[in-house]
Amino acid sequence: MSHTDPSPHSAAHATDQPLVGHLVPVRILISTAAALLALTIITVAVRYIDVGEFNVWVAIGIAVVKAALVATFFMHLKWDRPFNVLVFVGCTLFVVLMIAFCVLDTSQYRDTQFTGNPPMAQETLDANAPGAPITQKKADINR
Amino acid sequence: MTTLDAPRHDILDTTATGDNYLTHSRGFLSWALTLDHKRIGVMYMVAVLCSFFLGGVFALLLRTELLTPGRTIVDADTYNQFFTLHGAIMVFLVIIPSIPAALGNFVLPIMLGAKDVAFPRLNLASFYLWIGGAIFTLYSLAVGGFDTGWTFDTPYSTTTTAGGVIPVLMGVFILGFSSIFTGLNFIVTIHKLRPPGMTWFKMPLFLWALYSTALIQVLATPVLAITLCLLIVERTLNIGIFNPSMGGDPVLYQHFFWFYSHPAVYIMIVPAMGIISEIIAVHSHRHIFGYTYIAFSSVAIAMFSFIVWGHHMFTSGQSGVMNTIFSLISFSVGIPSAVKTFNWVMTLYKGTISLTAPMCYGLAFLFLFTIGGLTGLHCATLATDVHLHDTYFVVAHFHYVMMGSALIAMIGGLHHWWPKMTGRMYHEGTGIAGCIIIFVGFNMTFFTQFMLGSQGMPRRYYDYQPEFQTYHIVSTIGAYIMAAGFVTTAVCLMQSLMSGRRAPANPWGGRSLEWQCASPPRHDNFEHPPTVGDCYDFTPVVWDERQQGYVVDRALDTHIPHGKSPNTGGHQ
Ligand SMILES: [Cu+2]
Repeated sequence: MSHTDPSPHSAAHATDQPLVGHLVPVRILISTAAALLALTIITVAVRYIDVGEFNVWVAIGIAVVKAALVATFFMHLKWDRPFNVLVFVGCTLFVVLMIAFCVLDTSQYRDTQFTGNPPMAQETLDANAPGAPITQKKADINR
Repeated sequence: MTTLDAPRHDILDTTATGDNYLTHSRGFLSWALTLDHKRIGVMYMVAVLCSFFLGGVFALLLRTELLTPGRTIVDADTYNQFFTLHGAIMVFLVIIPSIPAALGNFVLPIMLGAKDVAFPRLNLASFYLWIGGAIFTLYSLAVGGFDTGWTFDTPYSTTTTAGGVIPVLMGVFILGFSSIFTGLNFIVTIHKLRPPGMTWFKMPLFLWALYSTALIQVLATPVLAITLCLLIVERTLNIGIFNPSMGGDPVLYQHFFWFYSHPAVYIMIVPAMGIISEIIAVHSHRHIFGYTYIAFSSVAIAMFSFIVWGHHMFTSGQSGVMNTIFSLISFSVGIPSAVKTFNWVMTLYKGTISLTAPMCYGLAFLFLFTIGGLTGLHCATLATDVHLHDTYFVVAHFHYVMMGSALIAMIGGLHHWWPKMTGRMYHEGTGIAGCIIIFVGFNMTFFTQFMLGSQGMPRRYYDYQPEFQTYHIVSTIGAYIMAAGFVTTAVCLMQSLMSGRRAPANPWGGRSLEWQCASPPRHDNFEHPPTVGDCYDFTPVVWDERQQGYVVDRALDTHIPHGKSPNTGGHQ
């Protein structure tokens, strides 16, 4: 019949390892959650402060702090082995690498592209789209 | 000689009582719900070989269509579906899972000296995800098929009217998770389940290769999943990520797709290189040359593989700056690949080569991989690639790497570990004959395509100029010969299952741990914890007439300190 008997080494493992992982005090969890909420409010708040070119960097900075909080406390990286931090940071670097190369490329060929709205998007805009994210209407481009 | 008698006695006992992983429990559910890595590996192998048959049928159909210009057997739209299906099946259902999930699952824990992988249930889940992905792929055929090519390039894939595009994208999405599960399992297994004495640099090179592969699987496959999700969303909701008429960027799609799919090429070839390291060392009975170089070159290839994806996009509209960067880095991949090749050749040099079927596949690999690898340099060179891009030259190049190298290594590995998996020997002559026929057919099929491509025949075309016809005919005949070779091999292996001679524990004279357990292995792999020695030191491996196989005479081993009992503790 089906394989149900646990192999000897997994049985041995079950005894020498605690059944529950590391426990984080509720106080820390709640303060982390509070910090995340506060940062969310700040994210919305800075939307009203225009620092020009740095807008995006401010937003990304706040997001990085939030992600770091989640990884450190909610994902227990603070109490895990340092190797896990290394893996986490390493994987993040791969994401950065991918995005950076893609952005570098698109920024290089951007000026070879046509300006204005693409035809299908324009169709939608011309028809009816008062609150559409793309606010530049054909009339504006032609002017 | 007491040291020699003890292990030999164990091996004879386990073979005689017949309790092995195949007979340990019976019935359909004992397989369908098994957590045994060996059974999961065997199920994967059967599933992958069935898909290989299907993909092969499509290959023969499309080669037949190309016998004459214009219509030969099917119309153009059907032909588009044929090459798409051939590509998608061979890449996602066959080659990617073939070595890690099928052979790797079977061999990795035994080679490591462990009883199973770290997460047996995840392992089984991975197999069922594969089944799910395969069902979706087949379902897509029922609802209109897909003709996008296996790369699903936008904007064609977002606008084609073929009805099966979304199901197959779902299928590939699911297959990706199957691949991630396998990779994750292997990483944790190699980190956590190494028995005492099995240090990183005592691991067989196949394990280094599987480890590097697993890194790629875990790091790259999620990107494919996200990309395909975006493509589904684009196709259903028209949100304008990749579709230019909605303001999207099709080149961005290629960036995302190739960020996975170039590393995917190394998911295919790196484990194949691992198999070749094993085959070449074991069958030439000589210590592998440059162990650490081969080990680290696997990791180096895995790392490099993430920063070269743009070489698939030289003519896509990618910017000149990125073209130059990607071209430069792509050349650097040649270095670790060449390091491996030279080390294998050095291992053969002055070795005592047994020309067994696995060794024939190993030698075929060396030959074909050299051609496949070197023609890669033509494709990585910016100026020549503008001419060669999307021609049969590229088709020939990647078939030399993906089929001539990865699949040949897989079939070689299948022969190499066949006695271990099934407990039966195959007929050596038939096996070698199969290998030679495949080798001849392969070169006929694909070498001609280098000529076709350099003369300007574009890939994926239904029709062509009459002057190309001679090459196409030779190529198609080669494909038929290759098919005959695979049939020969299949007959050889089937015959072995029915009436093959019982395999000894160590038929080839291998030294790594999988040869120190019975053929087929017990349910829990080892009766006693095996002793870890230098897995490429073949001096203590001696022929034993009684077993018709090799045994490891520990008295001759200079690496194991004598008078000390083998370690028996738990895992670190
Ligand atoms: Cu590539």
